[in-house]
Amino acid sequence: MVSEYLLRSEGISKFFPGVKALSNVSFTLKQGEIHSIMGENGAGKSTLIKVFTGVHKMDEGSIFFKEEQIDLDSPQSAQNKGISAVFQEVNLCENLSVAENIFIGREPKKNGRINWKEIKKRAEQLLLTRLNIKIDVSKVLSSYSTAIQQMIAIARAVDMSSGVLILDEPTSSLDKNEVKQLFKVMKSLKEEGMGIIFVSHFLEQVYEISDRITVLRNGQYIGDYVTNQLPRKDLVSNMIGREWDENSNHKEKQFKNLKSSELLLSGTNLARKGSINPLNIEMRKGEVLGLAGLLGSGRTELAKVIFGIDKPDQGVLYLNNEKIGSLNPKSSIERGVSFCPEDRKVEGIINDLTIRENIILGLQTKKGLLKYIPMKEQERIANKYIKLLRIKTPSIEQSIDNLSGGNQQKVILARWLATNPTLLILDEPTRGIDVGSKQEIRQLIFDLAKEGITILFISAELEETVACCDRVIVLRDRQKIGELQGEDMTESKIMDMIAKGDEIDETIPS
Amino acid sequence: MKMVDIIWKGNHVFILATTVLIILLYGYGSFTFTGFFSAQVFLNLFIDNAYLIIVATGMAFVIITGGIDLSVGAFVALISMISATLLEMGFNAYLVIVLTLLIGVLFGGFQGYLISQFDLHPWIVTLAGMFLARGTSFLINTESIVITNETYSYLSSAKVPIIGGGYVSIGAIIALLLVIIAIFIAKYTKFGRNVYAVGGNVSSARLMGLPVKRTTILVYMFSGFCSALGGFVFTIYMLSGYGLHLLGMEMDAIAACVIGGILLTGGFGYLIGPMLGVLSMGVIQTIIMFQGTLSSWWTKIAVGFLLFIFIVLQRLVVINRRRKEMEFSKELNVKPETETFTRKQLDT
Repeated sequence: MVSEYLLRSEGISKFFPGVKALSNVSFTLKQGEIHSIMGENGAGKSTLIKVFTGVHKMDEGSIFFKEEQIDLDSPQSAQNKGISAVFQEVNLCENLSVAENIFIGREPKKNGRINWKEIKKRAEQLLLTRLNIKIDVSKVLSSYSTAIQQMIAIARAVDMSSGVLILDEPTSSLDKNEVKQLFKVMKSLKEEGMGIIFVSHFLEQVYEISDRITVLRNGQYIGDYVTNQLPRKDLVSNMIGREWDENSNHKEKQFKNLKSSELLLSGTNLARKGSINPLNIEMRKGEVLGLAGLLGSGRTELAKVIFGIDKPDQGVLYLNNEKIGSLNPKSSIERGVSFCPEDRKVEGIINDLTIRENIILGLQTKKGLLKYIPMKEQERIANKYIKLLRIKTPSIEQSIDNLSGGNQQKVILARWLATNPTLLILDEPTRGIDVGSKQEIRQLIFDLAKEGITILFISAELEETVACCDRVIVLRDRQKIGELQGEDMTESKIMDMIAKGDEIDETIPS
Repeated sequence: MKMVDIIWKGNHVFILATTVLIILLYGYGSFTFTGFFSAQVFLNLFIDNAYLIIVATGMAFVIITGGIDLSVGAFVALISMISATLLEMGFNAYLVIVLTLLIGVLFGGFQGYLISQFDLHPWIVTLAGMFLARGTSFLINTESIVITNETYSYLSSAKVPIIGGGYVSIGAIIALLLVIIAIFIAKYTKFGRNVYAVGGNVSSARLMGLPVKRTTILVYMFSGFCSALGGFVFTIYMLSGYGLHLLGMEMDAIAACVIGGILLTGGFGYLIGPMLGVLSMGVIQTIIMFQGTLSSWWTKIAVGFLLFIFIVLQRLVVINRRRKEMEFSKELNVKPETETFTRKQLDT
């Protein structure tokens, strides 16, 4: 009984400044099983994995490998034990060749020098037999797409591992066929007796591949379940720590009668070469307007034109019945327009600043950079929004880096809310964050609209768009192809509209 | 043509460009000045710049890891001073050579230790090293010391004949050997490959389980060794020790690396490059010498222009690479969006 565990850990705790990332977490991995770790963003999955791979040193607890206590203090020591990992972002060197990336650190030698022929041969063989990929391995890594790079990282880990293989979100950059291929590899490794730890946001995939599931929440160990005995709903409620509210966003959507409401914004013939073709847009006060369409259909581009990041080549824009001459972000902010950009990592958060500073930033810009906002006032505003948006943080002076994705998103939202916007543009506000936070952000959109804020909402998930918006503008190939509202606004109608007249319907998530 | 080719060939482009440059400059010199086109003038390039080739080669390893070593020029001066003083005191010449090389290794290793252990910026650590070395030379002696030691004098005047006429100095032989060894290290040893990996992406290298700290220490140790070796070669070339020797030479070494196609951002470059960089600067200097009326500072002006051209060239290659990457990521984005976690799936 005792020896059935390949990897066993007891009471693992890990502290970061002000945050208890893991507290008293146990985990077991049997030989020949695929074990998923599930949890929301910030639950401690990545931290646990980093403990197993020696990247983070745990503060408390013990880890046993084949029932022998081991001390993991560096990635090397974990690799020497046979624990290898593929991390969320590709962690290879782009400047080296594919073959070298697979074998660096353990290059075969001949007469005391690295045997390049052998490396090339073995890399080719490994990729072909294990992953069924045939590529030129002597090219540098950066010549391949992220998906292929991910597969190469997996090949390296598989080849190095002798017992435990850890895959942290390996499928997020793979397409369906590649995922299938990966699962085939995982299954054959499992048959060879390897233990695999799998982390993924995709429930489908977790249910398809794993034998057991360990759930973490807020750094705590919640439970360890056999996959086919755990209904999905139970899994989700374990993850988010409350009963999944079945009807939370299907609750009677009241279609607001907005015809009577005042016109906030109207644009005629707005266009910008290479981003959107001429279109008209109208928004009424208190309305949530959705932009639906595939990636590249002009969703984000239209938002950028309205906010003034990209200048329109033609057309006029009226805001509050006032014609806007020159559009630029600063004057837009002064007029009460806020833009919450798509990629919070690149365009939103400023990593080195604290939560308070990140929240105040928008307001400061609006007021003018030289007008000092008293510290007391800053603290009051920050605290207000932390409470209002339920941002999980030990203090307002925490560096934003230490927050999970969902909470970072809320900070960005707070930044723009603090400026008291009349028009709030949200570009993919829920991307990459977990179910619970998604739900909260959606709720927030409802509440804001109720208060009279007009919202332009962009999301790739149609289901979400339909749930949140009063009206939807459908875009295709940079063109406005229609508008839906009220009872007509359903996922299938939007999809019909997008798909009409061409064969791209299979690219729409259903 | 895929990106790899562009990058590797990109590096080939630098090597090629530098070689063509040397040939063009040499051709220009040969047509313009009588006596320029001779084996000895060419070999003199190696003799006069042997120390710089050695130091630049050590510097190249540091730059490939993404670092920089500013202490090299001052260190060569310090080595000349230590050698001259010890020889004056009557120490055995070979003992002095071994001792100075050892000092170089220890000094470089110490700088590397500070950089890797305390995660300090190499710029500031080696700047401190530079002041320390320069200051120490003056502490030993403020005057120039002439070396009269027999062994050093012999090594200084030794002429190694080359097939086809002409000769080179011991220093030039040492420099060529070092370049060959450096090329081998870079391509065929684990250390060499780790250097490229660290320069490519430190955090990846760490996660791949590569000894990042050790590599960093070793690379500065190697640079320190090269400075000491360059110091020895320079000492037998000048036959004197002086604290003011080679002021600002670290910049020449960096320039040679850049002209030789070593990217300052780290991760790319061939070890033959620094030598080619030194040679092209050497040819310019020779032309100005033959010309006779121009001030020798024109060398600096020419090298300045050369650097501008080369960094722009390198930048273009990098931008090209970025653009390609962008195209790839776009390709990736057009793919059918992966299944997202929706309520519907929960209900089933």
